[in-house]
Amino acid sequence: MMTELKRIIKAGFINFTRGGLVSFAAVLVVTITLSVITFIVLLQAVLYFSLGQIKDKVDVTIYFTVGAPEAKIILLKDSLLKLPEVKDVTYTSAEEALKLFRERHKNDYPTIAALDEIGTNPLGAYLNVKAKEISQYESIANFMKGDNILVLGSESIIDKVNYHQNKLVIDRLNAIIAGAQKLGFLITLLSIVIAIIITFNTIRLTIFIAREEIGVMRLVGASKMRVRGPFMIEGVIYGVIATIITLILFWPATAWFGRNMTPFLGLDIYDYYISNFFQIFAIILSSGIILGVISSFLAVRKYLNK
Amino acid sequence: MIYFNNVSKVYKDAVALDNVTLTVVAGEFVSVVGHSGAGKTTLTKMILADENPTEGTVFFESINVHKLKNNDLTRLRQRIGVVFQDFKLLLNKTAYENIAFAMEAVGKTDEEIASDVPHVLELVDLSHRLEHFPNQMSGGEQQRLAIARAIINQPELIIADEPTGNLDPINTHEIIQILKKINDLGTTVILTTHNRAVIDSVGKRVVTMENGKVIRDTKNGN
Repeated sequence: MMTELKRIIKAGFINFTRGGLVSFAAVLVVTITLSVITFIVLLQAVLYFSLGQIKDKVDVTIYFTVGAPEAKIILLKDSLLKLPEVKDVTYTSAEEALKLFRERHKNDYPTIAALDEIGTNPLGAYLNVKAKEISQYESIANFMKGDNILVLGSESIIDKVNYHQNKLVIDRLNAIIAGAQKLGFLITLLSIVIAIIITFNTIRLTIFIAREEIGVMRLVGASKMRVRGPFMIEGVIYGVIATIITLILFWPATAWFGRNMTPFLGLDIYDYYISNFFQIFAIILSSGIILGVISSFLAVRKYLNK
Repeated sequence: MIYFNNVSKVYKDAVALDNVTLTVVAGEFVSVVGHSGAGKTTLTKMILADENPTEGTVFFESINVHKLKNNDLTRLRQRIGVVFQDFKLLLNKTAYENIAFAMEAVGKTDEEIASDVPHVLELVDLSHRLEHFPNQMSGGEQQRLAIARAIINQPELIIADEPTGNLDPINTHEIIQILKKINDLGTTVILTTHNRAVIDSVGKRVVTMENGKVIRDTKNGN
């Protein structure tokens, strides 16, 4: 069994090296396929990063009435944090709100003067709520409607919740993000399917060239595995070499993108490529090997009937 | 050893074998003669189960070859050596590797391969071609290599399908002499040819075919 395996592996390597142009063409096509896959992995990273950033910009702010007791606000904050939809809640006290307001309007003299004229702090405290998913803001807003009464009894401490003002924007953003993810998935699927078909056909062509030899091998009494094995090993070799070439090619390519496109993409592709190198390597290598082996396996099967 | 029982093979537009009944005894040298299209090659392909009969059965000893499962068919083929008119060598393998492949197929060890391959190449006078690829060899040399591959596992039967079809008279004579020698050592040989001179030089049993039928079966040629 081990001898058989050793012979199959050796034959695969010999066939590959003697294959010349045919082997070169197969490696080239597998490289193109793996490049498409790598490109899509990076594209997905940019897409998800951008979507994440947009999502992060969306939040709901609960403004409290002036003089609302802090203990009750903290109570509401704690109950909000217990909600599974809520990612984070930040509390800004009335004093901090005033400080931030003054900071923001420090060049706006009439506003500051008006504020000084009032004497007291006209601003209430507020809670800033971030949901895990954009689609969950509505349920958080609804929770506040219900919880409101529990917190204060008869008198509401909530001045306003800006969700309803932002609802249209949030809904539209949600639809765009969902659409972008769906489109991204479809493009990924389509590109990968096309790449796989092209690779499969190229490998089928390399085996078509050897179809007579396959018949001869069977006639001299070789088992199916003995005939098929070396072709599958060749498939592995195509995958491994194409992986190495792809990863080397993407090194300078991502470096260029990282240097020139980071402000535009918002994500340093080179940084992403390097920090996720082993994951990308694993994805590409396994794709390459699986693609090579399965294509060879299926292509040889056709000529192994006898 | 081999028994064709009312075997017919019909392709879409032609009858390759028409109700052939034939017996080959172990140790015989049978020449099958006939024009191109007489059904000689189809007859040999039937023994290897490379073609299925439309009707009838083919037995190798007590085995119905067309009823064999994959693994059993592989084992049967390991008992038969085949030589073709177009040599059918593995072009991306050297002379040594072509023969080693046939030995590997039957599970011979690396040591056996290392000792037997040079020996058989010497028998067919190809010692100097060990590391050459088939396309670096002449037609006669390629056919001798094909014979070496066919005999390396000491098969019980050698099927030589027009082995001299592509060769000049000198190489033809050499190949026939090798086949006769193999037969003298006890191996059954089935030789197909359309060359009368080849049959005359063998001088053994001759089966004549025409339009897929056996029309004559003589014990001592001519």
